[in-house]
Amino acid sequence: MRWLRRAVIVVIARPIARMFTGADIIGREKLPLKGPAILVANHSSHVDTVLLLTIYPSKALDRVRPAAAADYFLKGRLMSWFSRNILAIVPVARDRAGAGEDVLAPAREALAAGDIVLIFPEGTRGDGEELTRLKSGVARLAAAFPDAPVTPIWLQGAGRVLPKGAHMPVPMNCTVLVGDAIHWGGDRAAFMEEMRQRLEALKALAPPQRWA
Amino acid sequence: MDVIAGFFAAQPRALLWGLGGVLGVLTLAVGVTGLLARLRPDGDFTNLRQRIASWWVMIALLAAALLLGWIAVLILFVVISFIALREFLSLAHIRPEDRLIVLAAYLCIPVSYAFIGIDRYGMYLVFIPVYVFMFLPFAMTWIGQTRAFLATAATFHWGLVTCVYNLGFAAFLMRTPAAAHLPAGPAGLVFFLLVATEANDVMQYVWGKLIGRRKIIPKVSPNKTWEGFLGGWATTAALIWFLGPVFTPLSGAGLAIMAATLPIAGFAGDVTMSAVKRDIGVKDSSALIPGHGGLLDRADSLIFTAPLYFHILMFFCLKDYF
Repeated sequence: MRWLRRAVIVVIARPIARMFTGADIIGREKLPLKGPAILVANHSSHVDTVLLLTIYPSKALDRVRPAAAADYFLKGRLMSWFSRNILAIVPVARDRAGAGEDVLAPAREALAAGDIVLIFPEGTRGDGEELTRLKSGVARLAAAFPDAPVTPIWLQGAGRVLPKGAHMPVPMNCTVLVGDAIHWGGDRAAFMEEMRQRLEALKALAPPQRWA
Repeated sequence: MDVIAGFFAAQPRALLWGLGGVLGVLTLAVGVTGLLARLRPDGDFTNLRQRIASWWVMIALLAAALLLGWIAVLILFVVISFIALREFLSLAHIRPEDRLIVLAAYLCIPVSYAFIGIDRYGMYLVFIPVYVFMFLPFAMTWIGQTRAFLATAATFHWGLVTCVYNLGFAAFLMRTPAAAHLPAGPAGLVFFLLVATEANDVMQYVWGKLIGRRKIIPKVSPNKTWEGFLGGWATTAALIWFLGPVFTPLSGAGLAIMAATLPIAGFAGDVTMSAVKRDIGVKDSSALIPGHGGLLDRADSLIFTAPLYFHILMFFCLKDYF
């Protein structure tokens, strides 16, 4: 399955993503190539995940696994197969978070196995303009793997290519900005605050795409 | 081997010499950069190196298309127009409701270029400036959002005329019939348009760096100077005057008018696009071409020179064919 995933992402998805987004990337050399590592990005579109997978250096691609909502991505057999084998998601059962279940267990396993886990700490897709409240699950993961670098990534423009609720993707330039990694320092609030500041700093560097 | 030799033998001599000359200039640029880096070891030449590396790629793509013929040039310019329009519409202020209008604007690209493909000049002339001009705003009325309607409709039209209609004239040159006594074939016309336009960009930059003092439009382009503009104008005019007859059928008054006006059009395209970018609040239209910025940053002068070049040629030499 590994070759199939590579082929789909590199041969099919990469040219399509380039055509739809331009896929400008600033700071590509800051992307971690070895796990365990955590990527945190803002989230405004399904394009986010595809864009990140297609710009990732091929040699590390096998390790990159996006955390995704189990209730959405494991719905139906075809979707489930695609999510597991091509996207290689780490399922997060967000609907069972209140039931005392450890919804981060699959993410922990992936990190323990040396994977690079992509997390959208907003928990859901936003409007693509402002960063919403960040959920603290990523801090718990960072605390469990204090040696894993946490790399902030700002994805600009994907929310215009395919906003939440839209079905027709429209080509628009997107920019991926990769920042310097941060590490778990022992305090959850301080860690979350630093992560937010890093993301906001990257956002300030992004091209000013605004709706009229 | 015979196939390759035959392919090159069938090309106009002047075009091959021209392409060879461009490669020579580029090689020289690599040598000069290496020399500069050796003379000034503490200087940073990364941007210059990136720029030259990108030139190799751009020239390879254009040369391949020119040698392969009009279909290849047409496809290349469809891609160029698409990327330019995508850059423009991604930065221009449009409304969230207009996503499908953006899609419709992209669809105008294959239609406009199809008129070049079937060689219908009259239809090409009116398609974007008249019919798309009416249709897109009408399509916007279906969406029903009247807030910022005029500004958005104007933005779409500006993007289409600059990125698709004006750039398309460069590809249309390839459809000039061989019977028109072209010294280097239709590809020679396109080649010389690109050489004159880019040489003007480069020479304005070089003259500005060497002796530039008096600012020419400081509020739009703070780095542009009178010395750069005039030096570039004189150098490019001389280039057109001396090499124009090798690649185009121009002579006499037509050649003189081309030499005098093309560098001004190139400058005008450059600063007009700078004003648009300044309005939007960006320096580069994207990061597509390392060292140069976006495609629009590289093609801004061509947007103004392509139609002028086309029309001067047509008025003086090719009026029977369009």
